[in-house]
Amino acid sequence: MAKLTLIQAINDALRVAMRQDSSVVLLGEDIGINGGVFRATDKLIDEFGPDRVIDCPLAESGFMGAAIGMAVNGLKPVVEVQFDGFLAPAHEQVANHLSRIRHRSRGRFTCPMVVRVPSWGGIKALEHHSESIENWYLNIPGLKMVAPSNPYDAKGLLLAAIEDPDPVLFMEPKRLYRAFRAEVPEGHYTVPLGQAAVVREGSDMTVLTYGVHVHTALEAAEQAAAQHGWQAEVIDLRSLNPLDLDTIIGSVKKTGRAVVVSEAPRTGGFHSELIALINDHALEYLEAPVARVSGFDVPMPYLLSEDLYIPDAGRVLDAMQAVRTY
Amino acid sequence: MKVETALTRGEQLFPVRRVLQADGTLLEPLPDFLSHDVLKDVYRKMVFLRVYDQRCLNLQRQGRMGTFAPFSGQEASQVGSAYLLRPDRDWIFPTYRDHGAMHVMGVPLVNILRYFMGDEQGSRAPEGVNAFPISIPIATQLLHAVGAAWAGKLRGEDTVAVGYAGDGGTSPGDFHEALNFASVFNVGAIFFIQNNRYAISTPISRQFKAPTIAQRALAYDIAGVRVDGQDVLAVLTVMHEAIERARSGGGPTLIESVTFRYGPHTTSDDPKRYRAQEELEEWQAKDPIERLRRYLAAQGNWSDSDDEALWSAAREQVAAAVAEAEAMPRPSVDELFDYLYAEPTPNLLRQKEELKAYLARKEGGARG
Repeated sequence: MAKLTLIQAINDALRVAMRQDSSVVLLGEDIGINGGVFRATDKLIDEFGPDRVIDCPLAESGFMGAAIGMAVNGLKPVVEVQFDGFLAPAHEQVANHLSRIRHRSRGRFTCPMVVRVPSWGGIKALEHHSESIENWYLNIPGLKMVAPSNPYDAKGLLLAAIEDPDPVLFMEPKRLYRAFRAEVPEGHYTVPLGQAAVVREGSDMTVLTYGVHVHTALEAAEQAAAQHGWQAEVIDLRSLNPLDLDTIIGSVKKTGRAVVVSEAPRTGGFHSELIALINDHALEYLEAPVARVSGFDVPMPYLLSEDLYIPDAGRVLDAMQAVRTY
Repeated sequence: MKVETALTRGEQLFPVRRVLQADGTLLEPLPDFLSHDVLKDVYRKMVFLRVYDQRCLNLQRQGRMGTFAPFSGQEASQVGSAYLLRPDRDWIFPTYRDHGAMHVMGVPLVNILRYFMGDEQGSRAPEGVNAFPISIPIATQLLHAVGAAWAGKLRGEDTVAVGYAGDGGTSPGDFHEALNFASVFNVGAIFFIQNNRYAISTPISRQFKAPTIAQRALAYDIAGVRVDGQDVLAVLTVMHEAIERARSGGGPTLIESVTFRYGPHTTSDDPKRYRAQEELEEWQAKDPIERLRRYLAAQGNWSDSDDEALWSAAREQVAAAVAEAEAMPRPSVDELFDYLYAEPTPNLLRQKEELKAYLARKEGGARG
């Protein structure tokens, strides 16, 4: 089995999908001969040509809206938004149309497409290149939301997203694109949407997270074990919508303590929703209030202050301590 | 100093295309596709649209319908823009004022009534009728038309997709992005812009400085045409040309239909606040339905009694559709949740059960 980086796994998934289904087309900026700014579409234009790997004018609303029309008329577009912050110009198309077409037409028209978004910070980029967009879309019913944390899941989830009959916002942890390699099977396989993964078993507390911070949480869990002998159960949500509530609640009931970790600003975020769900379904099992580790309610800072904003293992360890010693 | 550009003369570069004059006489011989049977059918459809549009205004005033967007005055655009399309192979992407075009494409009046009564089922076009649901966000649907036409082109089909907008719809970025994408990728999209001179209350002088909308086609290097929107034969003629262009790989067309809405933007505004009565009367004198009636009558093909019978039959058909729409049940609780995804998520199923349980306690489950 080949060892691939996360970005190579994305590239491989796109190639597999395009070989398998001629209705899959890619739209974005600089995705053709340049292979995308992160090389997610590297060399795909050589195999599939410019009619299927479509370099678009620099207008996100334009290609999002056109992709919607394509999806409605039988194609399966996979749109690459170059950076998270640049989803904003296409927001109207996503919020007012993409998410609602099946519902609005009572199933007569559907919009099976994937919007790939390199997400979150940690690569010392310029402003608007490091946003946490999951909270922008959490309140927009009709979008599935996926966030892989490793190469195997990235390929399997992307193939599942492309094959899904509904629109999927696919958030890729850009900081992990080339961070490490892992074994990725050749050819086609899927990781189903809506299934969390328990990436570290433990009985002392549950850590709920996704994307890049699965690794932050694992690092903190090792420190907690080494320093305190606490065994944290770390859950990689993988899919924010649909959400694997059974796995989340089952773990919290088992451990009685929970920490939620995400990079988004604190107020009104996905982490808040996780805490509310624990409140709804497992309050009486809790030994301590749920702790959250998040970004702050400030714009994502420029690169010199990025480390002040992004949660690190130390902050997660503090939260673990808080729930363990309450 | 006033800067003169080539496009200051836009009205000369894009003269208004007209076939039939207000007095019902022709300016040029009719093309073959406009046979007498077609003209009568077109006339019949315009009358039907006028009757139901006016009926909906009344229904709204009586509290039997929600906010309604009338098109009376724009029937030539509504019928002429959709009449020549193939419902199962071409597409339309309408605004809230283009339900007439949707009906011409094959959406039953009952659907349109249910839409404005507040039932999403109204947006469910019949199978084989590619009429997209009404899009309320301005100009956004022009991009969908680009994509639908583009998908057809990539499959080697001669798909034509018509995106609708009004004069105000030429201001948002999506209008320009749609024209640019259609131009760059040479897709068979037709942008059918009804310039009815007012975006709610805002006159076209506040939307754009250029003398015409059609001239914007020059900037995108696509075909552009201005047409008399009160002359259905002219609208059909320019649509015929645009469709041929699209089907033969000649790319997109921007059509500016110069027209006027007799009524309010929607039932929630009063046009007397922003338009002079004389302006309305000036346009009513150019009425698209009366214009075609005069032509048909002058040809000896249409008598006053034919006309009376047609209006009467239209009123009966509309009354029957209204009765059918009003007899339909309110949407079910299941419908509220079951169409968001192909399969409802566990989260949605929980919320549906929560609402059903509440309703069962509150009203005995009458709407389960």
